[in-house]
Amino acid sequence: METSAAARVHPTPRETLDSVVIRFAGDSGDGMQLTGSQFTTATAAAGNDLATFPDFPAEIRAPAGTTYGVSGFQIHFAAHDIRTPGDAPDVLVAMNPAALKVNIDALKRGGLLVVNTGAFNKNNLAKAGYEESPLDDGSLDPFRILAIDITKMTLESVKGLGLGSKDAQRCKNMWTLGLMYWLYGRDRRSTVEWLEEKFAKNPKVAEANVAALNAGHIYGENAELPSGIGAYEVPAAKLEPGEYRNISGNEATAWGLVTGAKLAGIEIVYGSYPITPASNLLHNLARLKQFGVTTFQAEDEIAAVSAAVGASFGGAIGVTGTSGPGVALKSEAIGLAIATELPLVIVDVQRGGPSTGLPTKTEQSDLFQAVWGRNGDAPLAVLAAATPGDCFYMAVEAVRIALKYMTPVMLLTDGYLANGAEPWHLPDIDALESFPVEFHREPEGFRPFSRDKETLARVWAIPGTPGLEHRIGGLEKQQDTGHISYDPENHHMMTKLRAAKVQRIAKDFPQASIDQGDARGDMLVVGWGSTYGAISQAVRSLRERGHKVSHLHLRNIWPLPTGLGDLLRSFGSVLVPELNNGQLVKLLRAEYLVDAESLTKIAGQPFRIAELVEAVEDRLNRSLQ
Amino acid sequence: MSPNVPEKQYTRKDFSSDQEVRWCPGCGDYAILAAMQRILPGLGSTPENTVFISGIGCSSRFPYYMNTYGFHTIHGRAPAIATGLKLANPELDVWVITGDGDGLSIGGNHLLHVLRRNVDLQLLLFNNQIYGLTKGQYSPTSQVGMVTPSSPFGSVDQPVVPARFALGARATFVARSYDTSKRLPETLTDARNHDGAAFVEILQNCPVFNDGVFDLITDRKTGPAYQLWLENGQPMLFGANGEKGLRMNLETLMLEVVTVGEDGVTEADIVVHDETNPSLAWMLTDLPGVVALGVLYRQPGPVYNESVARQRELAKERFGTPDLEALLREGHTWTVT
Repeated sequence: METSAAARVHPTPRETLDSVVIRFAGDSGDGMQLTGSQFTTATAAAGNDLATFPDFPAEIRAPAGTTYGVSGFQIHFAAHDIRTPGDAPDVLVAMNPAALKVNIDALKRGGLLVVNTGAFNKNNLAKAGYEESPLDDGSLDPFRILAIDITKMTLESVKGLGLGSKDAQRCKNMWTLGLMYWLYGRDRRSTVEWLEEKFAKNPKVAEANVAALNAGHIYGENAELPSGIGAYEVPAAKLEPGEYRNISGNEATAWGLVTGAKLAGIEIVYGSYPITPASNLLHNLARLKQFGVTTFQAEDEIAAVSAAVGASFGGAIGVTGTSGPGVALKSEAIGLAIATELPLVIVDVQRGGPSTGLPTKTEQSDLFQAVWGRNGDAPLAVLAAATPGDCFYMAVEAVRIALKYMTPVMLLTDGYLANGAEPWHLPDIDALESFPVEFHREPEGFRPFSRDKETLARVWAIPGTPGLEHRIGGLEKQQDTGHISYDPENHHMMTKLRAAKVQRIAKDFPQASIDQGDARGDMLVVGWGSTYGAISQAVRSLRERGHKVSHLHLRNIWPLPTGLGDLLRSFGSVLVPELNNGQLVKLLRAEYLVDAESLTKIAGQPFRIAELVEAVEDRLNRSLQ
Repeated sequence: MSPNVPEKQYTRKDFSSDQEVRWCPGCGDYAILAAMQRILPGLGSTPENTVFISGIGCSSRFPYYMNTYGFHTIHGRAPAIATGLKLANPELDVWVITGDGDGLSIGGNHLLHVLRRNVDLQLLLFNNQIYGLTKGQYSPTSQVGMVTPSSPFGSVDQPVVPARFALGARATFVARSYDTSKRLPETLTDARNHDGAAFVEILQNCPVFNDGVFDLITDRKTGPAYQLWLENGQPMLFGANGEKGLRMNLETLMLEVVTVGEDGVTEADIVVHDETNPSLAWMLTDLPGVVALGVLYRQPGPVYNESVARQRELAKERFGTPDLEALLREGHTWTVT
């Protein structure tokens, strides 16, 4: 553990900045994600608030130099509280012409452009679709350019260490990182330690990478940088005192599931089939066997959820994690868990759809699938995490609700939360309320579908318990006894009962409340899921401009929280920004008969703050005319 | 709780549920149900530690009639649900009941994987070569040319051989019997006593949609000529008087039916059954003019749920008492004051 004071590594007077957005971009084989995550660790250690957004192609190694093989990593860090990875980058690091081509339109005018001229050869320029080098044609004049032959510099820095030319060239991301560390006054130590650990078995490679990192840093110290480019400092943010770490959504979800199971005193069986962007949930859980976690890499999505249902039947908490296409395959088994009233947690790390869609891009288009996407009237609870750190709490909540109400719970996160990282104030585990599971043991008067009067949850009697032998299944059951029943009135009643049980969960949720702003006004912006940060910042800035706008953010999608209808009706208008073609907005209109308006973006990218501000102002102005 | 150690002597009645059996009159499933209810008390099974899991189809109603734990699941997925159950509680004695449609068509993938993983459970595949519950369409084991409502000009699908499928999946126990066989209890007992996934194909008559399809094999009069009962270490003889047998043809590398005493064939020419030999088992799955019954293959291997449990124990030994606080602090943390 370290203190948060940013290490001063150079005596050069540094210009103080309040916040910076940097985008690293290069070939998918250039190690941009590693570079970004290393910069993130060092930035967290410097005490800044931060948010990151990795953006990479679905191809593992797309042909080198092509625009569709460009991988990016954006980090926003600041001396104050921030909630998004930033709209437009202040700094673009472009490792080749394709990376420049894909990203240059995003860079702010006057922004700093760091380019590796070593990659600007005829071949790479052609692959990127440049007829003439943009370094020479004046098209980059609006930017401050730091043009360096990073490839050459890197090769020189590792000369004599006995690396082949290919391995030597691979160090150029570390050279670049070293330079960026110098420019923004970051400490290299965490990266040096990481390199030494990562390449412990290959000390030569570790040494070369450290040498490149140092060489990049020294370049910054010694080179005469073009005018307008200097060294910067972003002072530490005033974060709430306590212990912090960086966390990504998928890590937080995994740890939340484990914590939830521990609070319930129960073991986890996690069934999963690898799928982007949910796979590293499986990876994270697979190494936590000592916590009573059993992971099962199933033959397909259906087997993954089926194993989870079987585990819940056996007295564990069955969990399955996937993305949208996987949920589609799991629907029938989720229906079985609804019919048999077994606990089950389904994590849907959403991505662009339909079908295979955009595997590595983010979207919020599974809300309908989560709430309604099964045959029959098949209700379950749906939760949505707002930030990477919130994934932890929502995963705990998903386990709690599933067990308390004997119901499947779907937790919606998305690619943006899964891969994005933020500093996370570590929770006090001991302060979390436990919710121990009690299995039914009493044979006297046992009926498998008898219920708790308050929650309507049925009893949970698990195999191995003497005297409670019973059969369950997907056929309609008679209330109470659980025997197969084709009785028309019983089916009507059971359908109503399953719906009522899920609605009862609303009593367990916090009341709907305004996240930011007043309880009435001209416009209420209603969001859900990962758009929290962007909407929150946008509403903040709109309020600073004097608009009577408030923000409400839903983490409980189904059932909707109590009191929501009254709040929606307290505003002149309701705007629902979503990264889909308008799903929550239809749910709100259907449930509350309010004239909520939709704001959609379906580009595989998160909302920018500016576009939200503009959209809200447009609408407010329109309503004045 | 120690598994399957009965505190009292159970009887067949203790394993029979109070539910009215709803299979068609004359259905082969009745005989299989009776055999199951009869053997379980003698195996030291207890109703509370026994679980029947089924998919969808006529055979999959089976769990309702057993007074044990039971789960009538969804079409084809019983092996996957059973795998999850075994992972949650390896002490349970789990039986998967499936049919030719449920197990080899919609659920073929799960059957493949539960067998290759070698999860410790029994899989009984009731093969009636027809779709019963959906009223008589051809199934993946139906013979070519079979006329059904969905194949009015005869089925053109090549059938799968269930035991061959199981061997292809590297099952560690493969057996075959038929519904009314007196030796069915013995085969079920062998399956139950096997550590790992035990696959049993049970030829089962559907009196409504495919009546008599196995009559030649199962009829008391004609049966002996077509039934080869396998005994480990014994020559593979069959026929009304045990006069026929299987000989290895060294030119074709296939088994052929011969008659002892004819053409100079002696009992020494008859191949001795070795249930640990996968090549022999492969040939036994599909013989010319005779059906091999009993245990075709038995070769215990690593049991999936045991390997999983061992890894969990090793993780506990290696990492000590799990500590959530430490987990959250893994990697880099910092303190803001």
